[in-house]
Amino acid sequence: MSKLTPVLSAHWDEKDSFTIDAYTRNGGYKASAKALAMDPDAVIQLVKDSGLRGRGGAGFPTGMKWGFIPQGDNKEHYLVVNADESEPGTCKDTPLLMANPHVLIEGCIIACHAIRAKHAFIYIRGEVTHVVRRLNQAIEDAYKAGHLGKGIDLVLHVGAGAYICGEETALLDSLEGFRGQPRLRPPFPAIAGLYARPTVVNNVESIASVPAIIANGADWYQKYGTEKSKGMTLYSLSGHVNNPGQFEAPLGITLREILDLAGGVRTGHKLKFWTPGGSSTPLFTDEHLDTPLDYEGVAAAGSMLGTKALQIFDETTCVVRAVLRWTEFYKHESCGKCTPCREGTWWLVQILRDLENGSGSEEDLAKLLDLCDNIMGRSFCALGDGATSPITSSIKYFRDEYIAHVTGKGCPFDPVASTLFTSAGAK
Amino acid sequence: MFSDQDLAVMDSIIKRYPRSRSAIMPLLHYAQSKAGYVTNEGIELIAKLLTIETAEVSAVATFYTQYKRKPVGEYHVGVCTNTLCAVMGGDAIFAGLKEHLGIENDGVTADGKVSLEHIECNAACDYAPVVMANWEFYDNQTVQSSKDLVDSMRQGNPTPPTRGPKSLPTWKENSAVLAGINDGRANEGVQAGEPTLLGLKLAKEGK
Amino acid sequence: MTTTQSQTTEVVDMITVVIDGFEVSVPKGTLVIRAAEKLGIQIPRFCDHPLLDPVGACRQCLVDIEINGRAFPKPQASCTIPVEPGMIVKTQLTSDVAEKAQRGVMELLLVNHPLDCPVCDKGGECPLQNQAMSNGQAESRFEGKKRTFEKPINLSSQVLLDRERCVLCARCTRFSEQIASDPFITLNERGALQQVGIYEEQPFESYFSGNTVQICPVGALTGASYRFRARPFDLVSTPSACEHCASGCDMRTDVRRGKTLRRLAGDDPTINEEWNCDKGRWAFKYITAIDRLAQPMVRNSDGELVVASWPEAIAAAAAGLAGAKAAVLVGGRATYEDAYGYSKFARVALGTNDIDFRARATSDEERDFLAAHVVGTTTTYKDIDKADHVLLVGFEPEEESPIVFLRLNKQVKKRKLKVTSIGTKLSIAVEKLGATFVKVAPGAESAAIASQSLTAQSLILVGERASESAGALSAVAALAAQSGAKFAWIPRRAGERGALEAGAIGNLLPGGRPVADAAARVDLASAWSVASVPANVGRSTKEIVSAINSGEVNALVVGGVDPLDLDNSSETLSALKKAFVVSLEIAPSAVTERADVVLPVAAVTEKSGSFLNWTGSARAFDAAVADSLNRSDVRILSMIADALGKTISLGTVSAAAREIASLGPWDGARAPFTATPARSAATLAADEALITSWRRLLDLGTLQKGEENLAGTARQTVAVISPKRASAIGVKTGDQVSISNAQGSVLLPVLVEDIHDDAVWAPRNSRGSELLTKLGNAHGAVVKVVKA
Repeated sequence: MSKLTPVLSAHWDEKDSFTIDAYTRNGGYKASAKALAMDPDAVIQLVKDSGLRGRGGAGFPTGMKWGFIPQGDNKEHYLVVNADESEPGTCKDTPLLMANPHVLIEGCIIACHAIRAKHAFIYIRGEVTHVVRRLNQAIEDAYKAGHLGKGIDLVLHVGAGAYICGEETALLDSLEGFRGQPRLRPPFPAIAGLYARPTVVNNVESIASVPAIIANGADWYQKYGTEKSKGMTLYSLSGHVNNPGQFEAPLGITLREILDLAGGVRTGHKLKFWTPGGSSTPLFTDEHLDTPLDYEGVAAAGSMLGTKALQIFDETTCVVRAVLRWTEFYKHESCGKCTPCREGTWWLVQILRDLENGSGSEEDLAKLLDLCDNIMGRSFCALGDGATSPITSSIKYFRDEYIAHVTGKGCPFDPVASTLFTSAGAK
Repeated sequence: MFSDQDLAVMDSIIKRYPRSRSAIMPLLHYAQSKAGYVTNEGIELIAKLLTIETAEVSAVATFYTQYKRKPVGEYHVGVCTNTLCAVMGGDAIFAGLKEHLGIENDGVTADGKVSLEHIECNAACDYAPVVMANWEFYDNQTVQSSKDLVDSMRQGNPTPPTRGPKSLPTWKENSAVLAGINDGRANEGVQAGEPTLLGLKLAKEGK
Repeated sequence: MTTTQSQTTEVVDMITVVIDGFEVSVPKGTLVIRAAEKLGIQIPRFCDHPLLDPVGACRQCLVDIEINGRAFPKPQASCTIPVEPGMIVKTQLTSDVAEKAQRGVMELLLVNHPLDCPVCDKGGECPLQNQAMSNGQAESRFEGKKRTFEKPINLSSQVLLDRERCVLCARCTRFSEQIASDPFITLNERGALQQVGIYEEQPFESYFSGNTVQICPVGALTGASYRFRARPFDLVSTPSACEHCASGCDMRTDVRRGKTLRRLAGDDPTINEEWNCDKGRWAFKYITAIDRLAQPMVRNSDGELVVASWPEAIAAAAAGLAGAKAAVLVGGRATYEDAYGYSKFARVALGTNDIDFRARATSDEERDFLAAHVVGTTTTYKDIDKADHVLLVGFEPEEESPIVFLRLNKQVKKRKLKVTSIGTKLSIAVEKLGATFVKVAPGAESAAIASQSLTAQSLILVGERASESAGALSAVAALAAQSGAKFAWIPRRAGERGALEAGAIGNLLPGGRPVADAAARVDLASAWSVASVPANVGRSTKEIVSAINSGEVNALVVGGVDPLDLDNSSETLSALKKAFVVSLEIAPSAVTERADVVLPVAAVTEKSGSFLNWTGSARAFDAAVADSLNRSDVRILSMIADALGKTISLGTVSAAAREIASLGPWDGARAPFTATPARSAATLAADEALITSWRRLLDLGTLQKGEENLAGTARQTVAVISPKRASAIGVKTGDQVSISNAQGSVLLPVLVEDIHDDAVWAPRNSRGSELLTKLGNAHGAVVKVVKA
């Protein structure tokens, strides 16, 4: 039997999979009909029982989050779907929405019913025009078919290029028409979220997982995964592998198993380091090939499951260059609100540039680590923390490689060797 | 610049939201679809429509990198140089395009056809190295394929996106899509590329 | 029936926490950073400001916290976390983690800071400099290249921004949004490029912009007028009171070697909190202007004013006043003590009740209203905080009493206070307050007032311009009586309320004693040790001018009055030529030009005294410039009285203050009030309108002379007409219109806006729109409005 369990991805290979006809043909909008006939609290209970946890990175139990929304408070409630997929390496929600936007819409209908919201928003990043088209069309079609507009309204809100808007409170500020900078918590969104009203913010994959759970029951979902990490999820394999792509599998699968399916690391090369869940999750090496990729397993090994963005780098990759580039990313995406992240990422880049080009010193390594200590846990939100992850974890595993840049007064790697088209012929 | 019809569209954008200020981002996309970038006229109009100060609009406009405060090309090319794409060839592609087009980062060719920007991770890592044009996907690029792409743009017949509409819309046209205007092209193009389908294919093969 | 007064003691929940080993009890909701302050523990901070919403941006105030044994895994920003029972806080004093976190943040703040302290205006009083010394490290580990910006840039003609010095604490942007509701400055760009800025076409022209300079914790924001003028340690600071309006701000005046270089908002939580307006902050150059009067002058037989000695000048004044039928005009900017001096001088030295402090359009209705309903009453800013509804009548708070605007705005933001404004034209402040705007034609105020429904918890704030609409004050009195609402009168000038209490008006003697009340006169005469005080109700400003022109009055003592502020300015100017005039002034004016004796007096920074604000409470101040030779008005009046042989015994300001205090308020019956009916509406031809106006905060006011940077932030001068009138006369916004009457005309660009169809509005005293001198009337008169 296959280790893979396509549920979300089950019909992606049908040419018209993104249309309402295809979705309905494959049983779509039956789960929402079923849920709408249920008591909202029963829907929340079912999602709680399923063990579904947030797929955006933090892994918070979805049903519990819904249960935090105060009931009978005579206020508007809102559902906001976080489709601002921007964490480096993360590429699951985008193909999901390209191939099957209706599953998210159906999930929204169910979630709105459960939390007694009449209004949902999908906040999608702005750099994926064709996905915007598909979602917009799907929403129009769902209105025409009567799934939306009868008590539940859904608005697609398109971002404009800011990684920080993936942070839920920054996303809410952005959606309210402000600069996307994180808000103070408390109050938490469940109490005062969008327009200061009780709000649930969920990742695309979390909400898209709900229709199947409603349709098949909590017990069905519970059968997959590990003790505390239930169900199946999308693992996104990228980088120096022979066959990159999306792998929907039960939580707890290992990288070794996925690599086996994907034809292994680039032929003739070997695994050097990888991210389990995007660039903000501390790096792993070949020591971690058998780490169960569930929330607990990855945490126990010193990283985070994150978005299950498995970026694979082989031995041709200079880790200093890789880390510098990620750090430049955090510097570019720091919102500027707090000192440690704004100034810290800016300084980190300068030190790393020196190290990468061979003008750094060994003391710079100590300085880097101390700076990371002054940023980690001192910043306003997790962006600053994330910026330190690749640095501290890479120094932990590859200190010698940093030193080699210092002693050799330059990068010992040939950047051409790591490109995909060395053999395919770069011109 | 803004016709009565534009004002009607902008009004309908505002009406999508329970509170008008939420419309600022789609309105900025829409203003960009008219002039190709966010002009002062656009900022002043949006401030007026939302009854907020112009400073509040420009504060938002300058926060998000997709809003341009100066003109870009008819085809805006973004090369992903975040770590994974960079290592796998994005850096070489970006260097190649700068040289080929004779412009730097954020530059525009003299004919106004092509502008160039290095961009962050665009959620298509399994298709690396990735190039975006007017925010449409050009997957699995090489130095040569990307040069061919910009050449096709300058010749007025751009290569179609890998996963996107049948032909590449202009920057302005796509800005309108980002403002939430349906251009009727959602059904064009593939539902997924090969990497997206890999797991499903293997599962069906029982692997 | 017995009534018991309900006890309204506020019950405050107290929470006890331990900070650095010391217990402290603070009210629930108190932030950790402030609980620590109570113990004298200073946690370093930049973005934190007690009057702004917490933001937690700078991360300088990180401390270790545990609650009931559960420790936070990472240090917390003490400026965002309220105390909780069982909380144990360890600051930098007892926690190595907190100490390192703070050092780390400080190092990061300094990485891109230019460290140009030796040439920075903030050097010596800079929170960044001070805290870098106390909580930072001596050496930076930063070896790279600092971020640079073009410096400095103008945010307005008055406020400059040095982005390199900025630590992005967002105090300025939060102030502008949260306190002033003028979000003209914002954070722009992102990340390391984030910077404070304006939208390029809209400068930071807020009436409150100077507060951002004051609360900037670094030298990023500076005021053009103080840049590079002084080092803080060379300045001598004196608490002072603002002379610009009746809001009553606490101020600080900074002087170096006898010259005022800077004025700052003081901290009075009951009034201005820590804010003031830009006029109060920056309009003080009139004091140091080179054309200040320095010597007494007497007009000689050739009709020329020549410098004289003080004894000569006093003798000349006394000689001219002796036996004359004299009257007194004292401007609304006199201190309480000076106004008392004029009041007593009129009664005792000149034997007349012909005195009026109202150097502006007035009415007898107003005079009687002040005597019956205002003198001796008290209000507080807290009444705004408690009101269920505030009704504004003839009053534009932002233009005419800016701190009242800030307090209204605070309550609107905090608890959605309901505000209604009865006026002829929608104003920016009314929009910012989200107030209900009741639009009336000029002169039709009273009917609109009568139609309001208020409760006993409501507050009516009535401005001095209500006197320009017959029946308006009567309608206010009736509405208050019928609803039980409280009301307060808010004059525009700082001295008017004190002058009213001092009896510098024809129908009142000091302490609110009605002239018409024989017992009150006897009470005062005995206190003053004089046989009697005059019994007739005195003339008003306008009547005094007419009486001079008709020969009934032939001498005049004038202190601090600009005839151009009066709606009969041409009559006044000719009267000044007819009468024997003694002028007490600080600078040459239309009065000194025509006076027979000119006596230079001290400006507000050069003397002690007090101002009563609109609530009736006093703010006393000492001379900020210690060694000035200029004397207060009351001292000079006392000298003239002595020369007249009719002593008033007010040789010093403190003597006047003591006498005011010992005299006390009148406890007898108040003067009666008879309602005045509204005037019937005028019939207007198609090209006619009723003029309406108010003075803008920043305009051609005498006390704003010499401060061009401030003037540069004034609002644009426009004539406002309704869309209906605009289409009738064929103009659109930006076109020129002419407003004219038999006396003259003004030519202004037009703004088509929300204004009564019968009205045309223009600023009363702005460049190009000097309505009183050009048209002789600024409210209610019929003018012609045509396309120019």
